[in-house]
Parts: sequence; C-alpha cells; structure tokens
Amino acid sequence: MRLDYPSNIKIIRLPCTGKIDVIHLLRAIQKGADGVYVVGCLEGNCHYNEGNYRARERVDHVRMLLEEIGLEGDRVRMYNLSSGEGPTFAAYAKEMTENIRSLGPNPLKDSAKA
Amino acid sequence: MISPKLVEVGRHINIELITCSEVKNLSGEPGNFEVSLVNHPRYIDPVKCTGCGECSRHCPVTAVNQYNMKLDDRRATYIEYAQAVPLAFAIDTDSCIGCGLCENMCVAKAIQYDDKERETSVKVGSVILSAGSKGYDPSGLDFIGYEYPNVVTSEEFERILSASGPYFGHLMRPLDREEPKSIAWLQCVGSRDTNRCGNGYCSSVCCMYAVKEAMIAKEHAHGELDCAVFNMDMRTFGKDYEKYYLRAKDKDGVRFVKARVHTIIEIPETGDLVVQYADESGMMKEETYNMVVLSVGLQIQPDTAQLAKLLGIELDKYNFAETNTFAPVATSRPGIYICGVLQGPKDIPGSITEASAAACLAGTELVEARGTDIPKVEVAEEIDVTGQEPRIGVFVCNCGINIGGIVDVPAVREYAGTLPYVAYTDENLFTCSQDTQEQIKEKIKEHKLNRVVVASCSPKTHEAMFMETLEACGINKYLFEMANIRNQNSWIHSKEPEIATKKAKDLVRMSVARAAALRTLKEKVVPINKQALVIGGGVAGMNAALSLGNQGFNTVLVEKEAELGGFSRKLHHTIEGDDIQAYLKKLGDEVTGHDAIEVLTKARISGFEGFKGNFSTEVTLGTDNEKRKIDHGIFIVATGAGEYPPKEYLYKEDERVVTQVELSDILEKKGTDGLDSVVMIQCVGSRNDENVECSRICCQNAVKNALDIKKRNPETQVYVLYRDIRTYGLLEDYYTEARKQGVIFIRFDQDAPPDVQPSSDGLLVTVKDHILQQNLEIRADLVALSAGMVAEDTEEMSGIMKLNRNPEGYFIEAHVKLRPVDMPSDGVFLCGTAHGPKLITETISQAQAAASRATTFLAKDSIKLSAITAKVDTDHCVKCLTCVRACPFGVPEFNTNEKLIEINEAICHGCGVCASVCPRQTIQLSFYEDDQIISKIDALLEAGGM
Repeated sequence: MRLDYPSNIKIIRLPCTGKIDVIHLLRAIQKGADGVYVVGCLEGNCHYNEGNYRARERVDHVRMLLEEIGLEGDRVRMYNLSSGEGPTFAAYAKEMTENIRSLGPNPLKDSAKA
Repeated sequence: MISPKLVEVGRHINIELITCSEVKNLSGEPGNFEVSLVNHPRYIDPVKCTGCGECSRHCPVTAVNQYNMKLDDRRATYIEYAQAVPLAFAIDTDSCIGCGLCENMCVAKAIQYDDKERETSVKVGSVILSAGSKGYDPSGLDFIGYEYPNVVTSEEFERILSASGPYFGHLMRPLDREEPKSIAWLQCVGSRDTNRCGNGYCSSVCCMYAVKEAMIAKEHAHGELDCAVFNMDMRTFGKDYEKYYLRAKDKDGVRFVKARVHTIIEIPETGDLVVQYADESGMMKEETYNMVVLSVGLQIQPDTAQLAKLLGIELDKYNFAETNTFAPVATSRPGIYICGVLQGPKDIPGSITEASAAACLAGTELVEARGTDIPKVEVAEEIDVTGQEPRIGVFVCNCGINIGGIVDVPAVREYAGTLPYVAYTDENLFTCSQDTQEQIKEKIKEHKLNRVVVASCSPKTHEAMFMETLEACGINKYLFEMANIRNQNSWIHSKEPEIATKKAKDLVRMSVARAAALRTLKEKVVPINKQALVIGGGVAGMNAALSLGNQGFNTVLVEKEAELGGFSRKLHHTIEGDDIQAYLKKLGDEVTGHDAIEVLTKARISGFEGFKGNFSTEVTLGTDNEKRKIDHGIFIVATGAGEYPPKEYLYKEDERVVTQVELSDILEKKGTDGLDSVVMIQCVGSRNDENVECSRICCQNAVKNALDIKKRNPETQVYVLYRDIRTYGLLEDYYTEARKQGVIFIRFDQDAPPDVQPSSDGLLVTVKDHILQQNLEIRADLVALSAGMVAEDTEEMSGIMKLNRNPEGYFIEAHVKLRPVDMPSDGVFLCGTAHGPKLITETISQAQAAASRATTFLAKDSIKLSAITAKVDTDHCVKCLTCVRACPFGVPEFNTNEKLIEINEAICHGCGVCASVCPRQTIQLSFYEDDQIISKIDALLEAGGM
C-alpha cells in the first residue's frame, strides 16, 4: 500500500508477540531508544491463542518499571491490529512517534553512548 | 486470511498454475483426460514480472476497478489485488491506449504488447470443477431501489468495509461520502424468491454475512449506528453461528425485523431511503435509513453453466451441479468432481470441506500413478560450519527502481562492507531473479560464505526461496536473514531519499548483526507410519475408512457398539427420498469386505501416546476386555452425536408425544393410520438457555416428515410450530413444497412457547399466532418434537487422546474456516456429527475430506519438522513448571522418571511463549534466541541510530 509513516521506526520480527520479553523492551530503552512498541494481532485473534495477551501484560509491566525509575512509562506501548490493516499500522506509527516527540529524548541516551 | 493459502498454492512444487485461461474441450476418460485450453494474453510476462508495480504507477489510463465493485478506479495496467497469485501485473487492453509508458518503465522487460492468444492442452487423470458463483445482480428488480446511490449490494458493502477497499475501510455511503448513522439490510435478495427472480433456493450464507457486516459496521462507526436486518427467517444454522447471532442481537444491539421490504424510495434532498414494509401483524410501516444494503444471494453465472455443459455435467434447474445424496462431490460424468457453490449454496467451511473431499476422490482414481509425475528436488549435502568464524555475504536488491530509485544502493552496499564479519557484498537489479540465484550460489562457494543477508523485500514472500538457494549449495537454510528495505523503507519514505538510505543502512546493520548470531538448525525428520485409525463406525467413520482404504492405506476402524452404522441405523430415508438403510447395508458390506480395512467392534479407547506420524493407541475389546495396541500415523475422529432426549411437552409422559425420529418410524411401520392432525414443535433442546446452538437438521427433518405424511394421506392436517425455518440451500424447495401441500407453519416466540395438554380427544396444543395476535388451539392426534442433536459423551476419550471439545461437547477443529476437518494437533482429523450437527450428505463429504487431509501425511514416507521450536537447557532448569502451565498447546511435560522438563519438537508450534515466561531463561526458541533478538536491538542503537 506504500503508506507513509515516520522513518524513525525500525521493525524487529518475532514469531508471535508472546515471544517478547521484558528484557528486550528494557534493553532497547537502556541502549537509548526513545520509545518501543509492540504490535500484535487483535485480541482474541492470536494464532497461538494467547500470545498477545501475554505481550500486553509484559508491556504493562515494563511501563510500571520505567515509572519506578523515573522514566515515562508511555515510552513503551502495545498496539493490536490485523494483518489486513495497513492504514491502521501507519496511523499507530504516527501516533507513537508524536507521543515520543511530546515526551522528548530518552534521558538514558547519553549514558548509553558513553 | 486467505493470503497464506494463496502463497502456498503459488509456491507448491506439485501445483502448476495456469491463469488467464479457459477450458475449450475435455476429451478422454477417467485416468486419462486431455483438456484443451485457450490461454488469453496477459501482455505482461508473469515469469519476468516481479510484481513491483512501476508499470501501474505510471499508467496514465483510468479504468473501473471491478475488484472494488466499481466503487473506485484502477489503472489499465493493473493487478487485481495486492495478495494476488501469481504476483504479476496484466494489461487491460479494453482501456489501454498503447502509450508505451509501462514498457519504458519496466526494468524487468516483462511487457509484451504483442502477446497473443494461444491454445494449449494438458493431460490429467481427474478433473475438479470449482467454478463458483457470483452475487445476484439486483439491477433487474425495480422495487428495492438499487438505482439509488446509497443502496448497495452486500458485495459492495464488503469492499466499503475493507481496509484495502475504495474508502480504505472508512464507513461511508457512496453518494456524499458521509458516515451513515443508520443502515438497513434486506435479506433474501435473489434468494427464496420464485416470484421475481426464479431463485427458489436459500443461498445459505447471507444471514451470517449480514450479521457480520452489521457488527463490523458498528465497530467502524464513530458514534451510534443503528443496524436493522429485515428478514423472513434468520438462518444461522452453522457451528457456533447462533452464538454470533445472539451476540449481535443481545449485546451489540443489531435489530432483526421479521418482514420482507416491498418498496424503497429515495428522499432526493438527503439521499436517505424510506423503507416500506408490513410488520408481522400486517401493519404498514415506514422507516428512514441513511443507507441500505441488499443481501444478495449466490448465483451461478451463465458462463459457468456453459462450461459445465461443455464438460458434459448435468445441472439442476438453478444451474447447480446434479449430485447424489450419498456421493455429494461426484458429478454425472465419471472422473469429474465438484466442490464449492457450484455444487450447491454453501459457506466457506463447507466449500473447503468439499474441496478436500473432491481432492480425495480425484486422488483415489490416480492411486496407481501416485508420485510418478511430480518434480524431484535435489538437495546438496550440508557443509558443517560450526566453529567457523561468520563470513557473511550481503546482497542488496534494487528491485528495479523500487529500492534503487530511492535508496542509494551502492552506498548501502559499500556500508555493508564495513560491518563486522561481512566477507562479500553485491548489488542486484532483482535479487530474486533466477539468474541472481545462480550468482549467489557461485559467490557463496567462491568466498566461502557461511551466512547470507539479502536486503530487499519481505521475508513473508521471499524468505523460503532464498533459503532454498542456500540449501542448494550446502549452507544450512537457517543461516539466512533478510533486511526489508523495500516494504519497510523505500516504499514508505519515497519522498525522503536521504532518510531512506540512512534507514536502509540501519536495517542492514541490524540484519548483519543477527546473521552473525545465527546457528545451524537441524530439521528433524520423522518417519510416517502408513496405517490409519478411524474412531467411530457410523456413516462418517465408514466413509473415512473406505476413502483411506481405497487409496491403499491400511485402516483400522473401531466402533464401540457391536454393529456398524451409528445413529443412521435409526433413520429411514433422506428428504430427497433416498433409502438410508439400503445405503448403510451397502456401505457396511464394502467396509467389512475391504482388504485394507480391519473393523473392530465393541471396542473402546483405553490408552494413547505419540505424535503426528507415530501414534500408538490401546483399544479394549469385547466383554472380556482384551487389550490391543495399534500403531498408526494419523487418526480420524468420527464419534458421532445423538438425538436430544426431550424433557419438554409431556414427552415420555404421554405416548402421543414423540420425536421426529420416532415419527418417521411410525410412518414407516403404520403409515398415517389414525392420524388426522399432527403438530410438530421445532427447536426442542436447541436454541435455548441449556443449548444455545441451532441443531441444523431439525427443520428439514420436520419438513421431510410433513411431506411424508402428506404423501401418504393428503387429508392429514400438519402444523409446524417454529421460530425460524432453516431449510438452507436447496432444502428450501422442500419447504416451499410443504406449504404447497397444505402444511401450516406457525411462528412462535422463544418467550411464548406452545403448550401441550392431554384432552379427551387427543392432545390440545395452544400457540400464539403472530398474524392473528391471539392464541390458537390445535387438536392433535400426535405431537412430534424436533429434538436437537447432542454430542456423544466423549469425555473419557477426549481426556485420553487430548482432544479439545467446545462447551456443547463437540470436538473443535483447527480453524473454523481454513482447516475445518483438521484438529489442532497435527495428524488428527475430524468428521461427521462429532464436529457438529449435520446431514448425511454433508457428513459424507466431510469424511472424504478428513481422509484426504490424512492422505497428505500417509502418502509421504517421512516428514520434516520445522526447526523453529523451543529447546530447554535441562542443566540449568529448576523444574518450576512455568512453561508447562504457560504453553497454549500443552507441549512441555515433566518427565517423572528422568526428573526433567521435556519439549517434544514434533508437537511444538514455535510461538516462544515458554521461552519468554521461563524465569531462568533456560528455554530458547531456535532462530529467535535472545542473543539473536538483542543483537538487532544493540546494532540498531549502537550508532546512536533512530
């Protein structure tokens, strides 16, 4: 569909969002990513039954951890859509980018580089 | 949902796709047909076309987009839809102006303006006809307002709701692109209508799709949306369909109005539509809607009928293929099989089931020749690269100008050369082209590459092909990684070439980092035991066993009763008038006399172990409980269902209250003696709080018995008290016939069920008539209850064999639509009423389908398992059992002897849930190991990327 979405988004492929680990999300933030989001199937439509519910729980957990150490939990989000929803994907990408812009750069970025 | 299927068909080594072609003649006989084809010109060579779409983007001509039901336009150089197989464009010469722009733009040199119509022929052993149908065209009906812009057909509405449709999935009406606040659906347009369109049949699918469209429209709407479905009967008769209907009605607030709309008038100022109808009590009503959707039925197209005629296949009066009740997918011409709507109106699960059944019969005819005409794949011996330092080759694709026109490909290639472990880089015009595969192979050998990264398009479409290239020169296929610099980059950032180039470098760096972390993975090969086990010896089980036996596979058929036949032993004839007992006798003889089939009666399942290809089942036989072990590669579950024993309406209290099955017994033995008045009550034990589902077969059962009574004695009064008459598909004709014969149908509400009381003169049935709005008292000599179906008590068996059942006790298929006869575990199949209530003819095609699916295993000597499975490091595992609890498929098990967690890779689905819940990270999902994922994260962020 060639829909435009911000170029600051880089996709890492997983077999199912149920494979996403808290450590993966935290690692990205630690290394200086301004935001991370997980895109899974629509709730109730997981090919492996419940992977996306688990992913949401982990995302919520990471959000809480970030808040605890004084970072914004909203740097990490979970979105759900079906594979036929290109426009929604692009809309979420824009939404997430705007969200991160409003939060500003990840304060860990400088220490990550050092 | 169908795109994985499309890709699979397109890539399957044993399937040759011939598109843009028509059958002109068919000669020969079963086992040896010759099919003459006309191949229409496509004007673009599908072999050379890479599907990049540059031709279409530069085509200056606008043409009507038929795929989106003419609601938007496309170019003259086009592809029907993005997932099309083959992914090759075509030129629509009716609108092409011959400007030559596409030819200039096509880097692959695929445009052939001089392409000509050709004639070819193919030799085949069997033929399957699946020519399908289209939606009924309502243009000929003058009273439902199809000429108004805001009246659309359901097919058009489907496209409106689709994300790839004309309005990108936004709910809008065509006239002013405003979002409607109210939509009315009109059911039975082009169905159940002998008066205006001649289609007496029910199209079977429209009630369900109308419910679905209403639900999705509500989801897409930005505020309140009023949805009303005008119907005569709601026919949600399939498995779990009633629940969906109830959800729409009770939870989502979709309104269902019992009426057939007679007139629609547009209000010219607003484009709104006035819908006029008579309600159930006969009052004239008028309502205004922003939009109207016509739920059009299924119609066999004239050219399809022509094709059937050409093939010598007999059609019925509606142009559906003539088939026999007991041979539902065989046409009148031997060797030609049929599936889908051309066989009769049906939904997707039914069509897919029939497709497998037709494949089963087509294959049976060719058993002797199995495996003789298929291409062989040579696989090179694998080179062991363990311990070697990674030597990565990076191939950057230009994809014509799709990538190269935006991204600075030489710069990306040069950058790749600076990355760790990269030993070779190259750029290609099309990395996927056949000659490039040869180049890649040469470079792998020349530079001793042991990892390959291709920076091009999506792994979804191209990964398998590149992996094959690696395998061909002895490199393990899992040492491959793709960077998607087209779909995720050049296509998205086409206006910002510099940014796109930078992102391409980031993506390549990430992929190179992951490639270095990849490990050789072995795909385990397991042998297949060629014996089959079929559980249940009714119509389903016997047909499944026979289908397998006829394909040459030894089959053990186990039946718990002393005799074969199952529930059908209680039935006499089908609604079409076919003799069930004669059929059962013939079928039973064939099964018991078959060389390849062993029948075990009075047998119960008592033990079970194993996985696909290698099951072992213990059966306990007879009264002396003799145990026997059966090894088998697959099994088919066909345990059947029974009739609901009614608690309602004085059943068992008054002997004049019987079930429909008992009524057919009475008619068979005594005829209509003493029966002046018979009342039938529908939905007994179905569609209530205890069993919410519809039992599917009871409406036709009532109609069948009513017609039988009328045939025996036209003077006998027959009353059918119903909630919705669900004589779907071609059964509708019998419902029409019953009304013609004077059978009286009276609708009642679930809240006001009929009352049955004994009286001095027979039974007295009281029911509230909707039209008269008052109670009717009917004297009856006999009351027949249309008792629903109930699943067999299979709790013990499902526990032993780990088979999932739904709340109603029926077994659950792997996928309702795409895999209707597979069970979730590989190598296990399902058919007959064990799956859900269904007719004998449907049971037979389902049994043949299950056998067909089983054959995909049994025909092979061994199967390769995916290497993307979870592995547990037992040295560090603390046996906390978190994985055992978390796995959605119950794969990890605690071996009590070894005191270890075991994950059987033969049954692991590779989702990775166990790996991420393991608190000690002792489980890794191969190909997605933590270091492989983290390497990408680190690589992305190390250069201060983002």
